Amino acid sequence: MAEEIKKLKVTIDNITIDVPQGTTILQAARMIGGEVVPPAMCYYTKLQGSGGKCRTCLVEVSKGSEADPRPMPKLVASCRTGVMDGMEVKNITSPKVLDARNGVVEFLLLNHPLDCPVCDQAGECHLQDLGYEHGKEATRYEFKRRTFEKHDLGPYIQLHMTRCILCYRCVYTADQVSNKRVHGILSRGDHAEIATYIEKSLDNDFIGNVIDVCPVGALTDKTFRFKNRVWFTKPVNAHRACKCCSGKVTLWQRGEEVLRVTARKDQWGEVEEWICNECRFEKKKTSDWVIEGPTHVSRHSVISQGHYEKLSKPAETFSKVHDERKPKLLMDIHSVSEVNDPSIDLSVIKGPATGKVFEQTKKHS
Amino acid sequence: MARKLLLEKAHVEGIRQFDVYRREGGYAAVEKALKMEPVAIVEEVKKSGLRGRGGAGFATGLKWSFLAKPEGVPRYLVCNADESEPGTFKDRYLMEFIPHLLIEGLIVSSFALGSNRTYIYIRGEYAWIVGILEQAIAEAKQNGFLGKNILGTEFDLEIYVQRGAGAYICGEETALIESLEGKRGNPRIKPPFPAIKGLWDCPTVVNNVETLAAVVPIMNLGAEEYAKIGVGRSTGTKLISACGNINKPGVYEIDMTISVEEFIYSDEYCGGIANGKRLKACIPGGSSVPILPANLLLKTAKGETRYMNYESLSEGGFASGSMMGSGGFIVLDEDQCIVRHTLTLARFYRHESCGQCSPCREGTGWMEKILHKIESGKGVSSDIDLLWDIQSKIEGNTICPLGDAAAWPVAAAIRHFRDEFEWHVNHPSLCLTQNYGLAHYADELSVVA
Repeated sequence: MAEEIKKLKVTIDNITIDVPQGTTILQAARMIGGEVVPPAMCYYTKLQGSGGKCRTCLVEVSKGSEADPRPMPKLVASCRTGVMDGMEVKNITSPKVLDARNGVVEFLLLNHPLDCPVCDQAGECHLQDLGYEHGKEATRYEFKRRTFEKHDLGPYIQLHMTRCILCYRCVYTADQVSNKRVHGILSRGDHAEIATYIEKSLDNDFIGNVIDVCPVGALTDKTFRFKNRVWFTKPVNAHRACKCCSGKVTLWQRGEEVLRVTARKDQWGEVEEWICNECRFEKKKTSDWVIEGPTHVSRHSVISQGHYEKLSKPAETFSKVHDERKPKLLMDIHSVSEVNDPSIDLSVIKGPATGKVFEQTKKHS
Repeated sequence: MARKLLLEKAHVEGIRQFDVYRREGGYAAVEKALKMEPVAIVEEVKKSGLRGRGGAGFATGLKWSFLAKPEGVPRYLVCNADESEPGTFKDRYLMEFIPHLLIEGLIVSSFALGSNRTYIYIRGEYAWIVGILEQAIAEAKQNGFLGKNILGTEFDLEIYVQRGAGAYICGEETALIESLEGKRGNPRIKPPFPAIKGLWDCPTVVNNVETLAAVVPIMNLGAEEYAKIGVGRSTGTKLISACGNINKPGVYEIDMTISVEEFIYSDEYCGGIANGKRLKACIPGGSSVPILPANLLLKTAKGETRYMNYESLSEGGFASGSMMGSGGFIVLDEDQCIVRHTLTLARFYRHESCGQCSPCREGTGWMEKILHKIESGKGVSSDIDLLWDIQSKIEGNTICPLGDAAAWPVAAAIRHFRDEFEWHVNHPSLCLTQNYGLAHYADELSVVA
């Protein structure tokens, strides 16, 4: 494996990066990170053949490659388009892309109920984030939305087709992760639906993963539904010795109680390792698990409120940002402020921190 | 009288039978082709300038030359007989009346491409044609033109007829391949193209019925002779299925040199507008291509006469032109309501959207609902702009061309007939009982500089 792997040069929004052959534009953008990453609702790195369907990741290819510099005539799905050497891609720098993306978000929300306050997925819903970033403040759709009855797919999973955006992720998951797929897409067009055709339960050992891959609130965990809002729970990494899966999970706790178990997800919201149904649905006691520590939650996520990880001190970055200069007026705000006393370890505080907590803690210390 | 190549013998008594077809000079192309090198046949087709007759008009020879030829991997030829575009019925006519022509074309093409198993994917509604084709295949096999060691050339070929289940989307080549494999007919994401990875991940060529049938006259006449027919890059003959408000609807073979005006009004073809009405608009190439008002149909925006060929019909781009498409020629007279007509098409595309990618799945339904609202006199003027905005967000942003096909008719209707939409909005009660009529569409065209 020591052989030289051919690197391809790709420029996304004027940022150039070298990537190995076979990388897609989306993956290259994720290597760069930040704003230039196109959103993806249907693409899932770990599911082969996924992607290309939701069209939110459309980008403009302004230069095909070094060998063939012609721009691509249409916007392309970045999740399924491979990088060519010398390719130049425009994502957020292209008004055409932003316009198309706004259109796609509008289409996705067209038949999707706008009732996030009563949806169990709220707070960790990719469509909610997408709508927040790219959506309009009002809908232009004035007709009746498509609705379905809720369906129980076995003892653990509930399907609410009304919220589905037909990303096909759960179909690929059942194909590639579980032993046998018993559900799929029925009908076509805007009346297409996820179904088992003849009422069947999804009871395969690994089928619980469809809940994790679902970007919206269409497939939900019946053992957790409406027990709590996700931003009131604290995610902690934990593991157990499991016979059939890696046993590496995230526990969603409130106090000592384990409300939900999910697979661990990376920064793109994708599962790191699939977990089995036993770990997910049946081990709901803290004593079942070895707790490793709090899960990292992006501070942009609503889940991060009330959830404190160990603070990373900004001190190290100061000199870097200021080019080694040491401004005189810069003082440690923690040392002068009565609140946020650095001697208090915030991660030991349960729940959202208020002024009262600090006063109490102070008294104790 | 225009020269006929495909339908010349279509009405000879008993031409469906092998013996009669053979007596009329059939299967001569196979005898000639099997003596040639496969590469030479591809070159001949390239030289003939034959363009795909299914709608896109891509050069057939070029498409064939893209076919990957890895060692030890079978290659497939698939005949696309899933003719579902509203207004198009030329392939049905060809397969029903002269099935052996298609079989002959398939044998030659399969030999050229090196396919030993060739499939005809036929539209589910064409149930009775399946029998006709299978009969023709059986007869060809009895006479040694199919099966093992054809004409002693060690070339083996089997042709299978597979019925679809009646989905428009399965006319898209990758959806057709998925359906042929027994899966749900969802289009695949390209690349890889079928020429590299098609049926069962093997290199595949998908061609329209008429395209493959046209290989027979190319073989018989020779590429140079064939290329002399027609004009410019529109070589050979084209089947046009004319329908709508005309005196003589039907399938006509034209050599692409006649003008649109002649095609509509001459007695040899459509025979004029029915009931002595006046021409309002026409869709020249199947329901998905842009509709043209009468003045832009007969003459281009520059004031030149418009001809029935690929270049002339698309003269002016989508702003003032249309496309040859699949040759489904739909004529509308002065009594037809464009809003209603557009609604009918929008309903079709909503029904036929596969639902795989979001712009088409949601957008087609939305457009239908708005059009229904305008048509029933409940629309407001902002609906027209909204409709325009929706179609612009579907077009080009979908996996397969069905998204474009759904967006174009709506776009063209608003582009050319906006006043009619506005009349519907402004006269909500009137539009239920009356027709907008002709307006200025039939007037002489003002010359655009």
